Amino acid sequence: MAKAKGAIVVDTAACKGCGVCVTACPTKVIELAAEVNGKGYHYAYMANPESCIGCSNCGIVCPDTCITVYRAKAVATA
Amino acid sequence: MSETNSIISPENIVYKKSPVLLDNTMHYCPGCSHGTVHKLIAEVIEEMGVQDITIGVAPVGCSVLAYNYIDVDWQEAAHGRAPALATGIKRLLPEKVVFSYQGDGDLAAIGTAETIHACNRGENIVMVFINNGIYGMTGGQMAPTTLPGMKAATCPQGRDVSHDGMPIKISDLLAQLPGTCYVTRQAVHTPANVRKTKKALRKAFENQLANKGTSLVEVVATCNSGWKMNPVQSNEWMEENMFPMYPLGDLKDE
Repeated sequence: MAKAKGAIVVDTAACKGCGVCVTACPTKVIELAAEVNGKGYHYAYMANPESCIGCSNCGIVCPDTCITVYRAKAVATA
Repeated sequence: MSETNSIISPENIVYKKSPVLLDNTMHYCPGCSHGTVHKLIAEVIEEMGVQDITIGVAPVGCSVLAYNYIDVDWQEAAHGRAPALATGIKRLLPEKVVFSYQGDGDLAAIGTAETIHACNRGENIVMVFINNGIYGMTGGQMAPTTLPGMKAATCPQGRDVSHDGMPIKISDLLAQLPGTCYVTRQAVHTPANVRKTKKALRKAFENQLANKGTSLVEVVATCNSGWKMNPVQSNEWMEENMFPMYPLGDLKDE
């Protein structure tokens, strides 16, 4: 498959659960967790990791810059 | 999941926190536009390689603690006096890159005189203006930029224009002045707008290096706590209500 594959890592301790990344994600990868972090916020996490295309929209709109975005350069065909 | 784990390695990073941004957790409310703009300023400073020669002037307002988040030299101004302080710094140290970071209560209310005269003199500085139409820090009082009919702590029935006048479009006013070289209005609620705002900030900083005069980047922003909405709702509310009054785009580019 030629589709780019990506992944995000959320700094869950820093996330304030604003949900801006959830609406910014074009492939609906991100959701807010049912659990809360140390500050009591429902932090963002990858609910559908297989859909992530590594576009970095979530990282760009995150006001607290707590999302790091990764994108595989070449997808290994298995 | 193992596929995802294999992607998470340092050589695949496409977006990460700028090293110019400090690790302190921001005190802003969840979803606040200030955080996004801080990040963009840090990224522009990093990309231009001017971290060591940049001096920021922090305002009074929610962003009073901006010096805790961006790793450059800062000076804290009295309320509204950031353009005056930035003028002094830039005139004494012309080789430095100087920017002020101000909200609407700071730039468009108490600091209107300093703002207008700094822009009219064409001081070679960058001014970043966050316009969320409310006094966020003090509890959501009406600002000069509050929309007609918009509710705030000091106008609980909504802003009455027969009593309080119309909101001030200060960027339109500043674009008329001869000293400004670049006046633009942007937003940071969607990825596309964030990218445009970053380009605008980059242009503003480059104008300063080229000694072109005052650059003003207005960012139409949200204050979800002051507006009593959640962050996603306030972004939608901003599109519907703020943008007709404060349309996005370049007002002046010379």
